[in-house]
Amino acid sequence: MSLAHAWGALLRRDVILALRQRGQLANPLLFFVLVVALFPLGMNPDPNLLRSIAPGVIWVGALLAAMLALESMFRSDFDDGALEQMLLTPYPLPLLVLAKVAAHWLVTGLPLLLVAPLLAMLLNLEGQAVVILLASLALGTPLLSLIGAIGVALTVGLRRGGVLLSLLVLPLYVPVLIFAAGAVGNAQAGMAVTGQLAFLGALLALAVALAPLATAAALRISLD
Amino acid sequence: MWAWLHRLGSPKRFYGWSGTLARWAGWGSLLLGAAGLYYALFASPADYQQGESVRIMYVHVPAAWLSMFIYMNIAFASLTSLVWRIKVADMVAAASAPIGAWFTFLALATGSLWGKPMWGTWWIWDARLTSELILLFLYLGYIGLLAAIEERETAARAAAVLALVGVVNIPIIHYSVEWWSTLHQGATVTKLDKPSIDWTMLRPLLLMAFSATLFYVAVALRLARAELLRREADSQWVRALVDGHQGGGER
Repeated sequence: MSLAHAWGALLRRDVILALRQRGQLANPLLFFVLVVALFPLGMNPDPNLLRSIAPGVIWVGALLAAMLALESMFRSDFDDGALEQMLLTPYPLPLLVLAKVAAHWLVTGLPLLLVAPLLAMLLNLEGQAVVILLASLALGTPLLSLIGAIGVALTVGLRRGGVLLSLLVLPLYVPVLIFAAGAVGNAQAGMAVTGQLAFLGALLALAVALAPLATAAALRISLD
Repeated sequence: MWAWLHRLGSPKRFYGWSGTLARWAGWGSLLLGAAGLYYALFASPADYQQGESVRIMYVHVPAAWLSMFIYMNIAFASLTSLVWRIKVADMVAAASAPIGAWFTFLALATGSLWGKPMWGTWWIWDARLTSELILLFLYLGYIGLLAAIEERETAARAAAVLALVGVVNIPIIHYSVEWWSTLHQGATVTKLDKPSIDWTMLRPLLLMAFSATLFYVAVALRLARAELLRREADSQWVRALVDGHQGGGER
C-alpha cells in the first residue's frame, strides 16, 4: 500500500468508527452548548453584558468541549491493540498520527463550528463578529486537536488520565484562546482582525509540522 | 569530549562528583545568602518612591529568574536524556521540577505581597504575572505526569517530551499574553521600570540571585542522587557503597 493510500484508509476508518458511535460524538457537542447556556443563567442576562463576554465564553466552552473529546482519540485503539500495530507498520508514525488527528477533528472539531452560530445568537453576537467567530473556530479547533494529541499520547497508558490531561493541555491552549477570542472581540468593536487570524494560521502551520512528531514520540514511550 | 561527558554522566561517576559539588554549592549558597540578606535588609537604602517595601525585590527577582532558569534547565536536561540517553540527566530534570515550581510560587507570592502596597491590589492581569502563573501550571503538569506513571524510566521519558513541548510553547505563550494584556489595558502600565539600578541595590540582588542558584544546584543534585540510589539499588556499585557505609563485615 502506498503511503497516501494508507493515510486515506486510516482517516476513513477512524471517521467511520466514530460515526458508528453517534452518542459519544454528541456528548462534547451538548457539553459545549450547555456550558455556554449556563453563563447567562449565572449572571445578569443583560444583552450588552452578554455580548461583551460572548467571545471569551464561547471560546472557553469550545476549549473545554475539545478537551473532553480528546480522550477518545487514541483510547479504543490503545485498548484493542490497534495502536501497537500502527507503530509496527512501515509508514512514518507522525504521518499516521496526522491522519488520526485529522479524523478526530472532522468528527469533534467540525461539529463545534456548526453549532457556534446558534450559541452566538444566544449571546447576542451579531453580524461580522459571527463570521469571524467561525473563522477563528475553523483555524483554532484543528490546533486544539493537534496540541491535545500530544497530551493524550502521553497519558493514554494511564488508568485515570483525564484530570491530568487537562492539566497538561490547558496551559498550552492559552495562546489559541487569546488570539481567537481576541479576534472575535476586535470584530465586535469594528477593529482589524487580520493580525489575530494570521497568528492563529501561523500557529496552525507550526503545530501541523511539529505536533505529530511530539505525539509520535510520546506514543512510542507510552506503548513501550 | 563526548566520551568524557558520557563518563561524567555514568551513574557511578555522577554519584561521586555530584556529592562534592552539592556540598560546595550548599555552603556557597549559605554564605552568599547571608551576605546578600545583610546588604538587602541593613546595608541598602530604602527606595525614594517605594520605601522599605522595595526590599521584597531581593527575594522576588531572584525567585522569578530561577523559575525560568530552572525550566530551561529541565528542558535542556530532557533533551540530553532523550537524545544521548544519559540516564542521570532525566533524574536531574525530575529533581529540578519541584524546586522550580516552588520558586515560581515564591515569585508569585512575593510579587503579590509587593503589589498590594505598591499597586494597591494583590493581583492584576499583567503580562508578566500571567505568564508566571501559566509557567506554574506547566510545572505542575510536568510533576503530575511524572508522578502518574509508575515505571520510573517511562515516566522520565514521557515527562521529557512534555518539557520539550513546553519549552517550545513558552515563548509563544509569553508573547501572546503580552499582546493580550497590552490590548486590554495599555493605559494602566504598572510595570516597575528601573532604568539604572544603583550599585547598593544591585549588590544584594546579585548576591541573592547567586545564592538562590547555588541553593537550586545543591538541592537538585541531592534529590537526583537519592533518586539515582533508588533506581540503581540492585547494581554492584550501590551495594559496595552501602557495605562500605556499614563498616564492613558488621552486617
